[in-house]
Amino acid sequence: MADMKNAVATPGQGGFDVGAALKESGKAAFVAGLLGLPLLALKADNFGSKLGLVYRWDALFIAIAAVFVGRFLLILLSGRQKKSEGGVFAAFGKGIHSNMALIGLAGLVIGVLLPVVYPDRYVIYIATTFMIYVMLGWGLNIVVGLAGLLDLGYVAFYAVGAYSYALIASQFGWSFWVVLPLAGLFAAFFGVILGFPVLRLRGDYLAIVTLGFGEIIRVILINWTDFTGGPNGISGIPPITFFGLPFKNGDHGTFASFFGIAHSPVQRIIFLYFVILTLATLTNLFTQRMRKLPVGRAWEALREDEIACRSLGINPTNIKLSAFALGAMFGGFAGSFFSVRAGFVSPESFTFIESAVILAIVVLGGMGSQLGVVIAAFFVVILPEVFREFEEYRMLLFGLAMMVIMVWRPNGLLSFREPTIRLHPKKESA
Amino acid sequence: MLQIQGVHTFYGQIEALKGVDVTVNEGEIVTLIGSNGAGKTTLLMTVCGSPRAAKGKIIFEGEDITRLPTHELVTRGIAQSPEGRRVFPRMTVYENLQMGALRSDPRYFNDDLEMSFAMFPRLKERKDQRAGTLSGGEQQMLAIARALMARPRLLLLDEPSLGLAPLVVRGIFDAIRTINREKKMTVFLVEQNAFHALKLAHRGYVMVNGKITLAGSGAELLANPEIRAAYLEGGH
Repeated sequence: MADMKNAVATPGQGGFDVGAALKESGKAAFVAGLLGLPLLALKADNFGSKLGLVYRWDALFIAIAAVFVGRFLLILLSGRQKKSEGGVFAAFGKGIHSNMALIGLAGLVIGVLLPVVYPDRYVIYIATTFMIYVMLGWGLNIVVGLAGLLDLGYVAFYAVGAYSYALIASQFGWSFWVVLPLAGLFAAFFGVILGFPVLRLRGDYLAIVTLGFGEIIRVILINWTDFTGGPNGISGIPPITFFGLPFKNGDHGTFASFFGIAHSPVQRIIFLYFVILTLATLTNLFTQRMRKLPVGRAWEALREDEIACRSLGINPTNIKLSAFALGAMFGGFAGSFFSVRAGFVSPESFTFIESAVILAIVVLGGMGSQLGVVIAAFFVVILPEVFREFEEYRMLLFGLAMMVIMVWRPNGLLSFREPTIRLHPKKESA
Repeated sequence: MLQIQGVHTFYGQIEALKGVDVTVNEGEIVTLIGSNGAGKTTLLMTVCGSPRAAKGKIIFEGEDITRLPTHELVTRGIAQSPEGRRVFPRMTVYENLQMGALRSDPRYFNDDLEMSFAMFPRLKERKDQRAGTLSGGEQQMLAIARALMARPRLLLLDEPSLGLAPLVVRGIFDAIRTINREKKMTVFLVEQNAFHALKLAHRGYVMVNGKITLAGSGAELLANPEIRAAYLEGGH
């Protein structure tokens, strides 16, 4: 890495030190070769009944060459980029920053129009998954992004919401719209339960306890067979209805017959999409509003400096608990939506990797940025779908994309913090 | 107004304050000077309830506040500008000031804001700027202004001169004098910069190793040869 700096910093009229750049590229290629030897060059394969090795030297050579050329180009480019302040990405971020409201509105319009323009099952299905993650990201953003409390067990609240709906709906037959607020309440309650023991913890220690909390919930779900169905989960969860009108074939009292249209399974999927779009939009509006209220301000102040908060008369206990409870509540909403959509829940859906993905969305987006969450969710949810054609290299490319983002934007895609208030509009001060 | 009576404070086994008595009367600027590690900041923090006094009493306007949680002091009329300024770096100047006014009557907010800006015009220029991008002196101004937004009757200041250039220090101390004179605010100032602090203060206390060794008016202490030798010679 030190060599890289030398290569970049080498003076000269418009030129740069080719030798140093080549040397650095050579090093990168060497590392690629070392890594590629077991990963690419050797492949275990079946020979009849026996397992044998296939050698793929050509693949290894291509990889090494690609790394060499890539590294060289990167040095070349980064040397030139120095002149423009912070590069294209920063300018791009600033542009987004100054048109936040417009972009948000445009996003919402696109979201609403999507099923009209593209009433395709697969597209709507992916869009719904995307919106679930956006909502989870926005929920976790309250805890991690605004209040600065690193929560690695957020999936626990998602699970609480999901099981709340699954259990209540399948036992008592209550409708989704009745259970939804209940699920949010239960999740918020669990948020407070988690909040109390971790009030004094911060940073790494907090992360470990929340990680443990997430696992505890999952292990309880697996082992409390009588109540949760154990590893088999709960199936046959009642599907969503259009405020009481079921989405099925029939002449009376169904969605299709009420509106006098032919039944189609895609109607339910589109309706589900609009439900999550509404829920997510409400989450966003709620958070935006909270940021302007004393509680929301105090969340951010707490993230910045807890001691200063105390000296200003803010009670950190209440503020932390409210952040945990509200973040958890939105996780609960998303969870109950998850179970009404899938019709089936099991502990497998609530593993640590889910927490990690949601946290990745928040961090990639730039902690605390609402729009950043949307963009990051797009990368995390849509990108693996786009890469589906690459089959076995899908996750490799996904990981590469993550790394590229973090190298270029180490503070997240949109790391600008939008002030909650300006004394004068920008135009006036110009 | 504030009576600190025989206060002992411990950090684990270490006794940081060994029976401290300090009185601050209404309308005064009282300063506490002493070298590094004497226990000055500890005394201020003990008044704020973290760490708590193991022995002794802290009385504010006749009420025992020894066991009060830190965040309740603001509503009683004590505001603190903690050591190292501790502004909220990612929030704007304006938002920082809003945070200070969180516990006070919103009706006064605009007037208080105008007053802060009148006192520190630099803050007005930079009201939409992130506090983390301010200079050290500006951050100190912001920390004081933020504490004032809580409309306290007693202002606790912990080393406002820390790490600031002499000219900036003078500006800050002038501001403290103005706050005391024009707003009749009582100030308890903890300082290492003995010369400036004693010149400013009505009365002063000297702390050595967790004990008050000397007390007197600012002018008296300034003239005291021991103090001159220990804290003033060589500097300024």
